[in-house]
Amino acid sequence: MLLPMGQGTILKVSHIDAFHGSFQALWDVTLEIHPGEIVAIVGANGAGKSTLLDTISGLLHPSQGSIEFEGKDISAWVPYKIVDLGISQTPEGRRIFPDMTVLENLKVGSYNRRARPVREQNLKRVYQLFPLLEEKKAQLAKTLSGGQQQMLAIGRSLMSNPKLMVLDEMSLGLAPLIVNELYRVLREIRQEGITILFVEQNVRRSLLEAGKAYIMESGRIVLSGDASALREEESVKRAYFGA
Amino acid sequence: MAFVNELATPIVMGILLGGLYAVVALGLSLVFGVVKEINIAHGDLVVLGSYFGYVAMTVFGIDPILSLLIGMPVLFGIGFMIQKYLLNRAFRVSMDAVLIIAFGLSIILENIFLKVWTPMSRGLTTPYALSSFSIGSIRFPLVYFLDFIVAIIVMILLREFLKRTYLGIAIRAAAQDRKAAHLMGINTARVYAFTFAISMVIAAIGGVFLGLTFPFTPVSGMSFLIIALGVVVLGGLGSIAGTFVGGILFGLAQTVGGHFFGLAAQMLVAYTMVLVVLALIPRGIFGR
Repeated sequence: MLLPMGQGTILKVSHIDAFHGSFQALWDVTLEIHPGEIVAIVGANGAGKSTLLDTISGLLHPSQGSIEFEGKDISAWVPYKIVDLGISQTPEGRRIFPDMTVLENLKVGSYNRRARPVREQNLKRVYQLFPLLEEKKAQLAKTLSGGQQQMLAIGRSLMSNPKLMVLDEMSLGLAPLIVNELYRVLREIRQEGITILFVEQNVRRSLLEAGKAYIMESGRIVLSGDASALREEESVKRAYFGA
Repeated sequence: MAFVNELATPIVMGILLGGLYAVVALGLSLVFGVVKEINIAHGDLVVLGSYFGYVAMTVFGIDPILSLLIGMPVLFGIGFMIQKYLLNRAFRVSMDAVLIIAFGLSIILENIFLKVWTPMSRGLTTPYALSSFSIGSIRFPLVYFLDFIVAIIVMILLREFLKRTYLGIAIRAAAQDRKAAHLMGINTARVYAFTFAISMVIAAIGGVFLGLTFPFTPVSGMSFLIIALGVVVLGGLGSIAGTFVGGILFGLAQTVGGHFFGLAAQMLVAYTMVLVVLALIPRGIFGR
């Protein structure tokens, strides 16, 4: 089967397997993302979602299959080269640098060569999206609340001047109002032309926010398609919405 | 009053000496804080700095302090290679491997020193190393004063470097969260090599000033390592200010302890204090 190639695809994951030691965490995973899309990967805890993102970011390498970004095979690349290329991950649990100020955290985001020359522009953009970060720029990151730390993590990711933003469990443990605000910002970021791939346990919400979604179960993709179509799918309703 | 006057000398000496100890410990603390490896060879690398100054002085007639202009880049290079080609590789295996390799490095260095410079005690005896000056009724060796000034300069420079440069910020990021540093596009292996290299530059400075202050032998490295570990334990890891305070406390314990219990007991007093602090505040005075 031939899949659409070239300009129409920003990220193409083809039939990858990945292991944590001797445990196989991903089985024959395939997905394709087009520029400007907002794509969700949903599934229960332990379904392999984070492993998939870590494999895309180069923290883990697939044992089988390939990952292509803008036509380049990056399956064997190290993380910092992948960031240079334009993929930025906002990790689960935020992982901001606790003993650095908010501004220093943002500066770390612009460490890669492509982002350094445009640091001031990106900083301005981040402050526009999250005015609170500008207010608290001199504060140590560990003094921020959970929601503020998530804003910082997203801001830090944006500072790397990404073409594709990958977000892992962005809304985990946050109040609904803050989650709404974060999704609002994601939509804004996407309008600026940045492609978004996010992972969530909250299936209902994800299928509302994403254009396209992949559903994972025990390391495999079991369903995929338009998010609106998946919302109506009987098996999805039964498994995730209790209907 | 006589009691106070008598104590003034060891107290001032202890504080000044503490600066030198802080410089010796700073490199160890930096590498431990960032790379999380205990560099057992740190003391010997400091002594390498001392011998470098010794060769510059005796063979080429260059002042040891001036020779740092060459010594610092040389040790920077050596440090970068040690981390890049030895420790980064061992790091991927396990922390035990790093410890063993550093221990091996220590033995190799000591034996090279022994072969090249014989077991004889050496010193960087420049004219100013022997001169002294006085404040009030107290007389000090001039080098003690130099040690302290240099310690302050080194610490301020390191602090500003870690705060203001991209590399410095990357070093702190890698120290605080390795995975997040990767995701921010930081090549942590390279950052570790730079961290070790910087720790070696500080060791070079420490080595020369130790050589100006005390005689040294091929096996002095071990005692300097033990002093540095004591300082780091006192001050708490990963803090420049903590290392400075730890150095001063260690210096004070040594000189004031020596004053009351005799020279033979001065290190005993210093290490008893390290043990007490370790028992009461295990993370050190400035520890997190």
